[in-house]
Amino acid sequence: MSMTEGKLSSFSMPPDDLSHVPFRVYTDQELYALEQERVFRGPTWNFLALECEIPDLGDYKTTYVGDAPVIVVRGQDGGVNALVNRCAHKGALICYKQAGNVREFNCVYHNWTYDLAGKLTGIAFKRGVGGKGGLAPDFDQASHGLQRLRVETCRGLIFGTFSDKTPSFLEYIGTELAANIDRVFIKPLRVIGYHCQALPNNWKLYAENNRDSYHASLLHVFHNTFGVVRPNMGGGVKVSESGWHHLSFTQREPLGDKEVGREKVRSLKDQYKLKDPSMMEHKLELGDQVTNAIQTVFPSLVVQQILNALAVRQIQPKSAGRTELVWTILGFADDDAEMQELRLKVNNLVGPAGLISMEDGCVGGFVQRAAKADPAAMVVMPMGGRGIAGSEGSRVTEAAVRGFWKGWRECMGFR
Amino acid sequence: MLGRDLILRLRIESLYAEYAQTIDDDRLENWPGLFVEDGKYQVTTRENHGNGFALAMMYCDGRGMMSDRISALRSANIYEPHVYCHLISCVRVLDCTSQEISAQANFAVIRTMQEGDQTIFACGRTFDRIVEADGRLLFKSRLVVLDSRQVDTLLVIPI
Repeated sequence: MSMTEGKLSSFSMPPDDLSHVPFRVYTDQELYALEQERVFRGPTWNFLALECEIPDLGDYKTTYVGDAPVIVVRGQDGGVNALVNRCAHKGALICYKQAGNVREFNCVYHNWTYDLAGKLTGIAFKRGVGGKGGLAPDFDQASHGLQRLRVETCRGLIFGTFSDKTPSFLEYIGTELAANIDRVFIKPLRVIGYHCQALPNNWKLYAENNRDSYHASLLHVFHNTFGVVRPNMGGGVKVSESGWHHLSFTQREPLGDKEVGREKVRSLKDQYKLKDPSMMEHKLELGDQVTNAIQTVFPSLVVQQILNALAVRQIQPKSAGRTELVWTILGFADDDAEMQELRLKVNNLVGPAGLISMEDGCVGGFVQRAAKADPAAMVVMPMGGRGIAGSEGSRVTEAAVRGFWKGWRECMGFR
Repeated sequence: MLGRDLILRLRIESLYAEYAQTIDDDRLENWPGLFVEDGKYQVTTRENHGNGFALAMMYCDGRGMMSDRISALRSANIYEPHVYCHLISCVRVLDCTSQEISAQANFAVIRTMQEGDQTIFACGRTFDRIVEADGRLLFKSRLVVLDSRQVDTLLVIPI
């Protein structure tokens, strides 16, 4: 038994009960370490980057899968390679800049060189100098390349896995939820910009928050006050068969191609009106009447459509009590000037200053701080029953959050 | 010439100080009035700005949107109470035509929470276009560029 497993030998999850979670899961640094091995290096697809961020040969960006730094690079054959950003020699970071373009990878420390697929192609002073020194004759260069992740792409989203037990991406999320990825990413994308929000809480609190359709019109008072989402709008929650992934969505009655926010923007109490509701305009562009769709891919991806604000959010755990949330804000490559301006305005709703999303930044911290003193006390999630089945029409359910815990338990081995 | 430049500089520094203390003193309802009616306010990051990305975390096109941000802060958004202290330096007047003044300044905002925790919440540069109206200087546009891509927890009070 490893030291970590030894320290965790007293830990267990309530058996056969997805509705209760001990607060210790948010605060325990040993559990965080075990998650690195069992979740992030386990049978999971981890979001890495978008194809449109690395269009040309040698384009790369750096990211993380759990704590592991990863390079995502456009390779020789036009495909994408994902390599652990760590030299096979002494372990230094190969790429210490966030993005760029290279012909090959050179480690600055001892100039070991790798091709774009991670194969070790060059070792400085391999033959020594003046007939002295050099590489040990039995060194097997071929087995000292950069560690590779298996990669799959889906509609321009790039995923990586460390485990050979991970099924195909389509099997992983299921056809019902894959349909939303097809629905959103219908055309070539363009990146409008990035946000990064430092959350003072465990990554799982944010992962739960995204699956929690129950809080949307309650915590995010802007929804109700300014009429973005009301509990009586149509929609529902879909949960994958495994429970690991979900989609919650809201839709309105058909009103034609363009909704002008002015008439609709009124609070439930009819008190507050926006002086300038132009950011609430929604040009239907995805072929249906869905106004909001939040989709999660376990463990760390959120796909967001809120009116015309499209984004992917990557949850990056940093420690038991800290997470970085990286938002890639998107549009389509063929957006005209009017759509570009609309997207800039509607993006006021999301991100770290998001009029409807900012609270997700602080509410996780509220749990983290209140839970700290009582690791054995339990979270309880009774909304929508005890199971993980989705619900049509209703978003007043915690089924998708229970589904997340099913996924976590299965990866961690805590049934 | 020098006298006029000095007076202009003092007036701009005075506008910057008034802007900072309007926010720091929680007189946020007065914040939109520091801009012209169709003034623009944006907060972005050095990363986005440097890469030519137009995305802003806060984007107010006109006083109406600014006022709506403050209404949301007062009555809709949820956040732990905190205050800012703006520190402003390196004020530079880059250009002055009969139409407008182009100026920049460095800034840092120290955020203090209720329990007293303090942090350097943000620092960077403001890029400003300023005009004169009825003897007052007002912002035609203010672009706040944060050096860090990371915002701690959330951004609700304008910078």
